[in-house]
Amino acid sequence: MADFRLSAIDQQILDKVVEVGESTSRHARYYEDHEHETPPTRLEGERGFEEVFPLFGQRQPGDTPMMTFMMAVSIARGSTTGVTRGLGLAMPAGRASGLGNAALQSAGTPEQKAKWGDLFLAMSITEPNVGSDTKAIQATARLDGDEWVINGDKIFVTDGVKCDGAIVWATIDKSAGRAGIKSFLVLKGAPGFELVRQEKKLGIRSSDTAAYSFRDCRVPRDALLGGDETVPKDGGSAGYKGVMKTFNMTRPAVASGGVAKAKGALEFTKAALAQEGVEVDWSRSYNQRSAVEQRLIEMEADTEAAALSVLHAAWLNDVRKPNNLESSVCKAKGGEVCRTIPQAAMELLGGMSVSHDHLVEKFLRDGRISDIYEGTGQIQRLIIAREILGYSSEELT
Amino acid sequence: MITFELNEEQSMIREALQGFAAEVLAPGARAIDEAGEMPADILQKGWDFGLIAAAIPEAYGGGGGDRSCMTNAVALEALGGGCASQAAAIMAPGQFVSALIDFGTEEQKAGHLPRFTGATPVAASLAVQESQFGFAAEAQRTIATRKGNGFVLNGEKRLVPLGDRADTFLVLARDEGSEGLAAVQAYIVPRDTVGLSVETENGTQGLKPLPKGKLTLANVELPGSARLGGDAGIDAARLISHARVGAAAVAVGLSRQATDFAIPYARERVAFGEPIGKKQSIAFMLAEMHIECETMRWMVWKAASLLEHNDPGAVKASVLAQDYVRRKAVKIADDALQIFGGHGFIRDLPLEMWLRNARTLTVLDGPVSV
Repeated sequence: MADFRLSAIDQQILDKVVEVGESTSRHARYYEDHEHETPPTRLEGERGFEEVFPLFGQRQPGDTPMMTFMMAVSIARGSTTGVTRGLGLAMPAGRASGLGNAALQSAGTPEQKAKWGDLFLAMSITEPNVGSDTKAIQATARLDGDEWVINGDKIFVTDGVKCDGAIVWATIDKSAGRAGIKSFLVLKGAPGFELVRQEKKLGIRSSDTAAYSFRDCRVPRDALLGGDETVPKDGGSAGYKGVMKTFNMTRPAVASGGVAKAKGALEFTKAALAQEGVEVDWSRSYNQRSAVEQRLIEMEADTEAAALSVLHAAWLNDVRKPNNLESSVCKAKGGEVCRTIPQAAMELLGGMSVSHDHLVEKFLRDGRISDIYEGTGQIQRLIIAREILGYSSEELT
Repeated sequence: MITFELNEEQSMIREALQGFAAEVLAPGARAIDEAGEMPADILQKGWDFGLIAAAIPEAYGGGGGDRSCMTNAVALEALGGGCASQAAAIMAPGQFVSALIDFGTEEQKAGHLPRFTGATPVAASLAVQESQFGFAAEAQRTIATRKGNGFVLNGEKRLVPLGDRADTFLVLARDEGSEGLAAVQAYIVPRDTVGLSVETENGTQGLKPLPKGKLTLANVELPGSARLGGDAGIDAARLISHARVGAAAVAVGLSRQATDFAIPYARERVAFGEPIGKKQSIAFMLAEMHIECETMRWMVWKAASLLEHNDPGAVKASVLAQDYVRRKAVKIADDALQIFGGHGFIRDLPLEMWLRNARTLTVLDGPVSV
């Protein structure tokens, strides 16, 4: 029966995740100010996830299903003020946890997974003039003998500096629209592949963001993910859909990052206001509360609702049910609260919330991206609207 | 363990009640709302599902099933998806019965529960609301004063569900000289008690055909055994949470109903040469409505589930669910009306009724409980 309680061990894991995450808080400001410096493997006073991993061994079959629980872990991790190393997407999967790895796992052939599975792979889709409308991408790939020749420019490549390579979207037939789009694995060092620059950003500064150029970049023929070189004439493409399918797994994860920043800002605010003697009295009715209490309740309700939508989308994955619509729902909610809650937190805290003395302003800057990457909130609403109205992507644009 | 899975019984109840809501409740909703009266056969058909008797222990002649807040949340959402007024009328006696199961002494259970196990509907309900603006459950003006081994009640209760016909009321009152929810207790008051006068109330914006009554309590003398739970009394925070989450569950069903009604209209209605559903301004409203229908439900389920397990976080979860549903359900009903434009304003269609019902459900504590 529906249940929302965590077992003792699961709660212990989440508490430990927060403890470990907070252990580097005093270094966080430095890396905000020196965003292109990679922190050393172990910062002074840093506690590592080796404290958390052994606890996973104590989990029982009756505990929260794994994908669902990992979303709770991700929310707990991201709500802390410590130095984050990358986005921590698929933690604790280890090194091979880039966005491109998710694409490889869902669309790659068994041979490709065996060959590249241990690499750290970024995902390279966005171009200077193409964002959410991914089927309009301009980068091209053409077969020349036993090699693909790729040309084009890519931007906003998450982990694009530190990765071993990237899954790059390019069209093999521009006239075919999205049916012509294929994904290619391009390793660092491939001839004609250049890392152009590392971006400077509002937030998520510990996650590097790269721009790439491909000038007659040559990769082997088997670099085409999934291996299907055909361009179907019916307008659809199994390859394109295969890659889009990875979003059903990654969207809840990215949404959890947005919820995490909302939760972090909320928890910070509750603790700070409690020190000033302002706390929610849960026994009071709506019209008996102060405006600040009511605002805190709304913030907590919104954050909780977004968190539950993330857990629900992941839970569907756990029980092997389709979650296409639900992954967009939770991404829309995660994207909403990552903006509204840190903004509201700073309003309640007042002027000193902007000071670099505190890390609460970081939640606004770090959270903001969650309504943009992995499909903007508007794209999620477009997907949801098409689904519930029964419109194709051509009918509702 | 976090799971969103319903058990087999809950799935069956949901399916059966969704069918009943679509085939019986929804088609009659407008006519019943206009008439402002609840047909007896609706109460009978609702009663026939055995929802209220199911959780009464076998010792008192009931079904002996689990007293499950989750099952009630599922049932209320399903019924609310047909007609909130009829759902409330069908399930209002459950407020009385559940409170008896949760807090009643053996004597109180034996004295009242067997009456609810028969084939004919029995009306009883919870009296929470009072006359004053700014009413809050913890700031009751109905006062209970100790007198010997018993109590004397003075005050006024308004909009009491099934008030026109209920044979027994569970009246909330505050201990004289004490403040806050901790001082609120519940008293079993039979309709014919000396000092209690009951008038039928008509005329509310929403839940219009839900029968209602005004209770005036003038020096109502009650024996000590009338206080629910005896010396132990009740946990009023829990009792009120049950009512708030119950109303929220109905509002989730109503929101889904309004959303599902607006979707086909947006596909049919043509403006400027194409269906309005193909315009992002409308499509995004519908997407938002769908998003909130889903997330509202999980907020209600979590609160209901924690209440069921008497979890320490249950009251907080109930406040959060109530707050969330309060904001979202009214917005959804309001946006559904907006999508229909002027047609939404005309009483031929149910849009304006749903807006009235959504607003009403989210300002009352109740009139149903999980």
